[in-house]
Amino acid sequence: MKILVCISHVPDTTSKINFTEGDTKFDTNGVQFVINPNDEFGLTRAMWFKEKQGAHVTVVNVGGQETEPTLRKALAIGADAAIRVNMQPNDGFSVARQLAKIVADGGFDLIIAGRESIDYNGGMVPGMLAGLSQMNFVNTCIGLEIDGDQVTAIREIDGGKETITTTLPLVVGGQKGLVDESDLRIPNMRGIMMARQKPLTVVEPIASDARAKSVSFEKPAPKGAVKLVSPDDLDALIDLLHNEAKVI
Amino acid sequence: MSILVYAESEKGKLKKTAFEVASYARALANQLETNVTAVTINAESTEALAQYGVDKVLAVNNPQLDTFNARTFAQVIKQGAEAEHAEVVVISATANCKYLAPLLAVELNAGYASNVVAVPESTTPFAVKRSAFTNKAFEITQIDTPVKLIGLSNNSFGLVEHKVELKTEPFSPSISENNITVASVDKTTDKVTIADADIVVSGGRGLKGPENWGMIEDLAAVLGAATACSKPVSDLGWRPHSEHVGQTGKPVASNLYIAIGISGAIQHLAGINASKVKVVINTDSEAPFFKAADYGVVGDAFEVVPTLVEKLKAFKAQQ
Ligand SMILES: Cc1cc2nc3c(=O)[nH]c(=O)nc-3n(C[C@H](O)[C@H](O)[C@H](O)COP(=O)(O)OP(=O)(O)OC[C@H]3O[C@@H](n4cnc5c(N)ncnc54)[C@H](O)[C@@H]3O)c2cc1C
Ligand SMILES: Nc1ncnc2c1ncn2[C@@H]1O[C@H](COP(=O)(O)O)[C@@H](O)[C@H]1O
Repeated sequence: MKILVCISHVPDTTSKINFTEGDTKFDTNGVQFVINPNDEFGLTRAMWFKEKQGAHVTVVNVGGQETEPTLRKALAIGADAAIRVNMQPNDGFSVARQLAKIVADGGFDLIIAGRESIDYNGGMVPGMLAGLSQMNFVNTCIGLEIDGDQVTAIREIDGGKETITTTLPLVVGGQKGLVDESDLRIPNMRGIMMARQKPLTVVEPIASDARAKSVSFEKPAPKGAVKLVSPDDLDALIDLLHNEAKVI
Repeated sequence: MSILVYAESEKGKLKKTAFEVASYARALANQLETNVTAVTINAESTEALAQYGVDKVLAVNNPQLDTFNARTFAQVIKQGAEAEHAEVVVISATANCKYLAPLLAVELNAGYASNVVAVPESTTPFAVKRSAFTNKAFEITQIDTPVKLIGLSNNSFGLVEHKVELKTEPFSPSISENNITVASVDKTTDKVTIADADIVVSGGRGLKGPENWGMIEDLAAVLGAATACSKPVSDLGWRPHSEHVGQTGKPVASNLYIAIGISGAIQHLAGINASKVKVVINTDSEAPFFKAADYGVVGDAFEVVPTLVEKLKAFKAQQ
């Protein structure tokens, strides 16, 4: 089985979000970048398929040279090879187009991406990739078993979960639940050393048009101070929620 | 030219999100001077959509569509959009809509903006505001394709009544088989889901153990709220994973979010910040949640919550 794990390179969850160049660009100053958490769950599940079922795992990112440390980290965790499509992503669709080309050329059976990136929050790349590649697609995937080309997947739905059966080739939008959090791996010294020997191939992008482009950013208006209510006067809280906030 | 919405239903009943996307589409239709058409799939009655400005319903009734299938549903909506020459297609942000949206965008050759929170800032060029960076910022996105797909963030626009004449027509799109089969569904049907809820009551590690969740459920019950929890609570197995909210859990965009024994870590706040009104109950007045909340009680949850439940019961009885 050939697995492709799509890795989005995103600001760490504790990052302060600021913008520069007249609020048109994300300010990377002092920001630490990590593997998108949803992708980390997917990568770890891919490691399981590698170790238990002999799968070959490639990781891919569409991005500039600055994302290479993130790809190296994925290699250190255990992926066999990495590909970087040398393009600054401008929208989810153009990323999906690049990935579809990688998928077509590489003959992958299973593509694991994240249900959403925590920066752009598009929630669109895996589904668009599945649409463009005419592959089966399971989103918000929290369980994945593969036997030959038969797939059993669990999908999180509003208020519960459902079990889906399908076949490879498949695109998955993964998230927490795909593996236990305690199974997530921190690269060790040996992994880091080995990652240096593994191939990281840079490919040039194919022509692709952006369909939705980012124009500018703004930050939410600062919030007023909290109104404190004494624990001995909870009627006041009910009154505020009813008459002032009008939410109960 | 018109605007098409997908008015979702569950077990034949239109969902609240159906009325919200209709309200949004109506506001946009007034801006563009056009009509709103809704596609419904196996909805028993479509009448209520008239209340929220839908001029026409394409009612699809087909037992093959009783179980949700993203690709098939995307095909149905696509055919609706084509029949109406829709320029803008609006869907909600339920798990099912987020699943089908990118497939639909590919089918329609449409630019897709998800997490949209307001009517377009401008329609030529077509630019909408969406939330990004997990509610830490907004982004203005410009869609340049002839057909545009909008994923409306739940609870961001609200329900706006605008009564119009509605005509309902049967619609029979062609449906092709695909390779995704739902083998089983495991869903708690008697509880409000976090996605549908107007009010969410959420508990954190401050509650000490799963045995103390009775008061959280009592509070949720008086308020008709969904229950949720912080990440460590689900990691510890005190509550199911489906209740974990935050940046890496479920997003919450309710009208009221009540956080009990939750410190307010940045990853937690990111996922719930889209909620309109936030209340925190915490023993530690220095807990970061107080900076994010609208109302706060510095106190022990084990005393405050039971009292609050009693007082709310009395309040509800009076109403
Ligand atoms: C990559 C990453 C992603 C993450 N994603 C998420 C996420 O999606 N969602 C999430 O929630 N967290 C997430 N976290 C974890 C987050 O950083 C915090 O650790 C977590 O939110 C803390 O949970 P808590 O507030 O329940 O517990 P604690 O931080 O332990 O806080 C407990 C609170 O309860 C209060 N308390 C104690 N006793 C009482 C009492 N009797 N009455 C009232 N209050 C009391 C305390 O004062 C304290 O403020 C993530 C972390 C990382 C690193
Ligand atoms: N630039 C990128 N390169 C590789 N994979 C990506 C990229 N952007 C998004 N993805 C994948 O698509 C998922 C969803 O991203 P998004 O649609 O942006 O929310 C991410 O979790 C990644 O798995």
